[in-house]
Amino acid sequence: MDFLIPNQLNYPILSVLIFAPLAGAIVLFMIRNETVARIWTLLVSLAVFVLSLPLYFNFDPSTTKYQFGEHTAWIPAFNINYTLGIDGISLLLVLLSTFLIPICVLASWKYIDKRVKEFHFCLLLMGSACVGIFSSLDFVLFYIFWEAMLIPMYLLIAVWGGPEKVYASIKFFIYTMVGSVFLLVAMIALYLKVGTFCIPELMTQTHLFSFNFQFWVFLAFGIAFAIKVPMAPFHTWLPAAHVQAPTAGSVLLASVLLKMGTYGFLRFCLPITPNASMYFAPYILIISICSIVYGGYVALGQSDMKKLIAYSSVAHMGFVTLGIFLFNKYGLEGAILQMINHGITTGALFLCVGIIYERSHSRLIADNSGIAKIMPIYIGFFGFFCLSSMAFPGTNSFVGELLVLLGVFTDHKLIGALSIPGVVLAAAYMLHLLQRIAWGKKGKINFPDMNIREVIYLTPLVIFVLWIGFAPGPFLDVMHASVGHLMDQLQTAGAVALVK
Amino acid sequence: METIITIKPVLAVLIALVASLLIMATPKKPNLRETWSILGAVATFLTILSMMPVILSGKALEFTPFVILPGISLKFRVDALGLLFGIIASFLWILVTFYNIGYMRSLKEHAQTRYYFCFAMAIFGAIGVAFSGNLFTLYLFYELITIFTYPLVAHHQDEESYEGARKYMVYLTGTAKSFFLPAIIMTYILAGTLDFAPSGILHGIFPATANPLLVKITYVLYLAGFAKAAMMPFHNWLPSAMVAPTPVSALLHAVAVVKAGVFCTSRVMLSVFGVELMNTLNLGIPTAYVAAFTILMASVIALTKDDLKARLAYSTVSQLSYVILGVALLTPSGVTGGLIHIANHAFSKITLFMCAGSIYVSLHTKKISEMGGIAKQMPFTIAAFSIAAMSMIGVPLVCGFVTKWYLAIGTMQANNKILLVVLLASTILNTGYFFPVIIKTIFGKPREGDPGAKHSGLHEAPVYMVIPLLLTATASVLMGLYPDYFMNIVKSVDPDYLMNTLKAVFTS
Repeated sequence: MDFLIPNQLNYPILSVLIFAPLAGAIVLFMIRNETVARIWTLLVSLAVFVLSLPLYFNFDPSTTKYQFGEHTAWIPAFNINYTLGIDGISLLLVLLSTFLIPICVLASWKYIDKRVKEFHFCLLLMGSACVGIFSSLDFVLFYIFWEAMLIPMYLLIAVWGGPEKVYASIKFFIYTMVGSVFLLVAMIALYLKVGTFCIPELMTQTHLFSFNFQFWVFLAFGIAFAIKVPMAPFHTWLPAAHVQAPTAGSVLLASVLLKMGTYGFLRFCLPITPNASMYFAPYILIISICSIVYGGYVALGQSDMKKLIAYSSVAHMGFVTLGIFLFNKYGLEGAILQMINHGITTGALFLCVGIIYERSHSRLIADNSGIAKIMPIYIGFFGFFCLSSMAFPGTNSFVGELLVLLGVFTDHKLIGALSIPGVVLAAAYMLHLLQRIAWGKKGKINFPDMNIREVIYLTPLVIFVLWIGFAPGPFLDVMHASVGHLMDQLQTAGAVALVK
Repeated sequence: METIITIKPVLAVLIALVASLLIMATPKKPNLRETWSILGAVATFLTILSMMPVILSGKALEFTPFVILPGISLKFRVDALGLLFGIIASFLWILVTFYNIGYMRSLKEHAQTRYYFCFAMAIFGAIGVAFSGNLFTLYLFYELITIFTYPLVAHHQDEESYEGARKYMVYLTGTAKSFFLPAIIMTYILAGTLDFAPSGILHGIFPATANPLLVKITYVLYLAGFAKAAMMPFHNWLPSAMVAPTPVSALLHAVAVVKAGVFCTSRVMLSVFGVELMNTLNLGIPTAYVAAFTILMASVIALTKDDLKARLAYSTVSQLSYVILGVALLTPSGVTGGLIHIANHAFSKITLFMCAGSIYVSLHTKKISEMGGIAKQMPFTIAAFSIAAMSMIGVPLVCGFVTKWYLAIGTMQANNKILLVVLLASTILNTGYFFPVIIKTIFGKPREGDPGAKHSGLHEAPVYMVIPLLLTATASVLMGLYPDYFMNIVKSVDPDYLMNTLKAVFTS
């Protein structure tokens, strides 16, 4: 196990982060009172977040190995192990997941009024699966969490969703299942080739994979992850799912689920099928540009707030895949940071939509326009996150986008120039949305402004937007070594002749 | 150049932010709210003024609160160029705040808290632009100005103002995102830093090894990115922005916003590219030609406008290009003339706009054709207007003359006769669109049906409005008689280059 640094803390931190929410979820069924159930979930998720903080403070940014490692044999007959560990790529994603669950609980305090216990059960389950996905180093374990994530998400949309929840949840389920099948195929193909499910070991065996083999494995991976990201043209499940999902569902969907796709590219495609990744890179760059421009263009024409933000997600995630397939330091670090940024900013925007939906019971821009005078605090927050989403300088997205653009312009000036319309579109649709919401033609509406609870759960997001915007150092420092390692892996693969 | 690390630049920028937050916190108390505006303006001005002796002695003040990436940071730096813009913006903010109070209360405008808040935020952006130490900070505050002036342009919230504000946003944000941002990225890739060159204006930040073609492309991107400078073809937002209340047109669209544009352009030419590189790549004269084209075209369009504010807007478009033309000449006198025009145009044009506003408050018209003979009832306003107009034309003893003098010498130093002819032709055009206004208001007769004829009790605007415009008009004259105050600051931008070569030209 030379790729793993055993956990040095006095408790198995990653296992605790995975199983504590699960245990909390089971206790939930013994609680009768709904308010107590909410408070219990909040406490559990807050405790999990606090417990996850040592990950950051004890993280060694100088090593390329996986840290906080846990390794136990699970099904020895098939060489399947329970292997956990995180590196600079997954650290922030784990923290983002644990950070968002308590916020989701708070955001659902009034919004969810039926099947309250079951709802919070699903939330905790999500929390558990999110940490599992980003920390498992065994392919089978990863796959289990990948699939496990589907169930609570499906339920969140199908039970607590909007009027077209059945259509949306089925569409979501089918799309993701198709992706999962491809992932399963890739996993089995790799196992048959090298006889291990251990992801770091697979990364060291790339010289055994012929280009042809890599080509097909990459395609299987690529379809699975592209659906999750989602990259055009595999994105159509996203607007439907986002629009119908309850606020907490949209937040988790945007902030964590979409990251599974881009994380998959970083964890599987680049290191395990490096030659195919290089072969496919130009095409993916083009698709990314298409996603950016198409997502932005479609977002411009939306009349539904959630749909607009959903299409903006397609555009933002296009920047992430763009950064990943540049294979340079700026691009990769920008992509990872942009994953976090998108999680914070888009999550916050969905929370904002949820706040207004609770008051007007409509997501249409026309029904919620002109509220600057009656909800000034809300417009302050909403405007702030809109600016963050359009990559206003001094916010988190600007740093992420700047890094990605630096990466593009360093190596491919033409593709860089092509991505600029996407940047302009982002400003256009966000400002257009803000303009209509704040000052549009006001109907006969009179909503109370944001209450303390809503201010409380949006404030941490504001802090992170500014923190990453002005001092991204603490967030970038942890990823330097791992990103460097990833680039080394790609370079060695490029240099070594392939087995025919 | 010696650099002193001190928090003062940050303070100067932050006061406006604090003032705007206080304004927002006291929406129900108009008097307290306006007090915050005045206090903020005075405090900003005094802070900036207190930095002046150090800057004039050839030092620069600097502070870096945050580092984002190596070579990219939030960095504030006060040097002579920034000080020039900072002093003008903060001083005029004080006067316009009084004018604001008179204007907004006379017309009983709505949403005054939002108005004062955004006004202070726009000044926050302008001071931030002035004291930026690198391109990232410059970009941040440049965009901040756009965002917070949007509510001011759309203040009336009717069809016309939304249309104007939309155009405003599309032009300013669109160009900043499409051209300015890629230019910054290219600069970082080519130079490895976004910091301005630490000393003088001769040497920029690009290494000698940088690919000349890419550097040229970057330069063009910058020029196109600063739409706030209103160089053609990116000028059209400025006339549209005239739907804003007049004090906004006065301070923002004659001083803070548009001057941020020309300031950024000058800053990039002088502190990012540097005179030597501009000369080597032959970038200066083509820029000057574009500016010259803008000067002539905008003046011709101004001739056709009957709406006083529209005429002033096109006059602004044309006058802004004097600054760019001067700096782009890359000769000592040209640069001096261009930079001093930032100050001269600010004081004169704000006077003109404030006069237009006070005429509107009294007469309720913007049409020049309806202003016949109003000088009898509004002598102070029209006197101030005439003085400022003469300054714009370049009549001696008023400050505009100083600009034209230096610019003319600058074109001769650059040995370019075409640009000299353009300067002279534009002076004739300036006379052509300003003199009819003066003649009409002084010697014209109110026509039947004019608002002035109906309101026989026409009188001067409130004293809150008249005093500021008299002060700025007086300042225009003083700056013409005694140009040294701002000239000293301009000379400090690069004393060696701007002073010595100047002497050499005159003695040879």
